[in-house]
Amino acid sequence: MTQTIEIERDYAVPLDRLWRALTTPHLIAEWLMPNDFQPKTGHAFQFRMEPSAWWNGVTDAEVLDCTPMTRLSYTWNSSGDEAANGLKTVVTFTLTPLPQGVRLRLEHAGFREDQARNFQGARMGWDRNLGTLATVAERD
Amino acid sequence: MPDLLFKALSDPTRRAIFERLRRDGALAVHDLTTGSGVSQPAVSKHLGVLRAAGLVSGMDQGRQVIYRAEPAALAPLTDWMRHYSDFWPARLDALDDLLKRMDQ
Repeated sequence: MTQTIEIERDYAVPLDRLWRALTTPHLIAEWLMPNDFQPKTGHAFQFRMEPSAWWNGVTDAEVLDCTPMTRLSYTWNSSGDEAANGLKTVVTFTLTPLPQGVRLRLEHAGFREDQARNFQGARMGWDRNLGTLATVAERD
Repeated sequence: MPDLLFKALSDPTRRAIFERLRRDGALAVHDLTTGSGVSQPAVSKHLGVLRAAGLVSGMDQGRQVIYRAEPAALAPLTDWMRHYSDFWPARLDALDDLLKRMDQ
């Protein structure tokens, strides 16, 4: 059993502009994370953030689908020595033209249930660490 | 594996030992014992449980073992779903900002 995060947003911009923001490395870096993405199915790449005590900061990814103006999908996995017990997920962006703009649907699928539970009892300072991460993410 | 982690982290003394190693780097048993109010055999036993869970590694150095924290072992306990439930909305806001800037 796995769980999925689903979010929809409407953007009042031309389709090709949103597609460029999703598939151009320096633009992806501006809204998401530094990366070495290429818009080619099968391309393996990484997202990189500052490492923290609980995370090496690296996300391994591989392009699964890159259908211009329509659909972008890549794996989103934990990296290095965190890979064995870490995330094995897939992120998919689906674009649908609207009369004025584009609807963007984001699906992040494959969260294992044991990773989705709320481990309050054992969490210690992790919420604090996540807070720091969020701050870093905002700054980037 | 997560069960071993849970067990290891369920005890406040073990959490304290793990946090101390995470903060101060590599330490021997007597460093961890000094001033802790816990006996050395008890600290050694806790270190054994932490080691079994992969949270701590030990390296023989002469006659003593030097312990260090292995935070990567926490990876399976990270609440990724919650993390990304907060992460993506913030990123999609940033995407909105970027799209507006690309207009100019």
